[in-house]
Amino acid sequence: MTDVGNVQAGAVSTAQVAARPTIQVVPLKGLPIVAAVVVFVIAAIAGNWLWALTFCHVAGGALWTAIDLFVGLIVGPILGRLSLPARAEFTARFMPKMVLLMPTLVLMTLAAGFQLALKLGNLSPASPNHSWLVVSYCVVGVMAVIALGVLEPANIAVLFEMRKPEPDGAVIATLMRRFVLTAGITGVMQVATLIIMTRVATQ
Amino acid sequence: MSAGPAAVPAPAISRRFPPVAELTTASLALVVVGGVLMASYAPRRPPLGVPAALAVGGAVLLLASGYLLTRVRPFAWDRFLLVFRWALLAYVISAGMIGFAFVKDHIRGAPLALVLVMLVIYALDVPLVIAFTVARYSSPASHAGP
Repeated sequence: MTDVGNVQAGAVSTAQVAARPTIQVVPLKGLPIVAAVVVFVIAAIAGNWLWALTFCHVAGGALWTAIDLFVGLIVGPILGRLSLPARAEFTARFMPKMVLLMPTLVLMTLAAGFQLALKLGNLSPASPNHSWLVVSYCVVGVMAVIALGVLEPANIAVLFEMRKPEPDGAVIATLMRRFVLTAGITGVMQVATLIIMTRVATQ
Repeated sequence: MSAGPAAVPAPAISRRFPPVAELTTASLALVVVGGVLMASYAPRRPPLGVPAALAVGGAVLLLASGYLLTRVRPFAWDRFLLVFRWALLAYVISAGMIGFAFVKDHIRGAPLALVLVMLVIYALDVPLVIAFTVARYSSPASHAGP
């Protein structure tokens, strides 16, 4: 992003400004890693490589589920109880990483997972896993709408707010409440995903 | 140039906006439901009536959302467009990857066309809701329109 340079964020006093972390809404250093992951997933789908598809789906899904659960159920409640400066500093360092990490993991998991299910015959109506997969589509669909329609916009809006010379604490608090609430909801829904996927893997 | 109290803008947090984010998220929900319906039939050819109706509903909500957005004054259009174009790039790549998987899996004809329409709506919905959420809390620039 051309306009995503380093900008001071956080509280407003001069002394605090000096100590504030810099914010990049999109961490540019992470983009080559994202590009490499996307290329790898495309290659895995194009080549229909069983190992690569399994790796992308299992590794991506494990990270996605674990991070969702950890952020929603552990980090979120802790974040809510931190002092405002501590919350601002944590958010400034944490949220930009989530901007790149989560969409990449979701794309990797879902694209590889659908292809894997097709290759293994789990999508066939005759497969005992078919109905479980349809349930998993529904769970993922709800999570996708929450994540893409509410959580991610709040995440990015918080970062833009924190880049301002004088961030509005009320705006940040509102958006962070939305972020933590939706992260908690998707975290709980990930439990359903864990149940479904372990059923699919063992039938 | 007025510097009186009337010129002071309302705090960003309390300003009311038309339901752009809500309509766009509803549009996204419709295409996601349509996508789930179609995926549940894979690898068979899915019936297209309900998914097509959902895609049309998603498109209508997206257009309504865009229309309401163009009527917002004042609005941080510079910030909106900055975020929208970069998010659009990201979600065009994402949608392209999903579309590639469908083409690779020999989806052809009307089902492929419908999937592509849904992906276009998806690739517009997400950047729109992200850019709107960022811009609604930003100070409008001097210009009043896009």
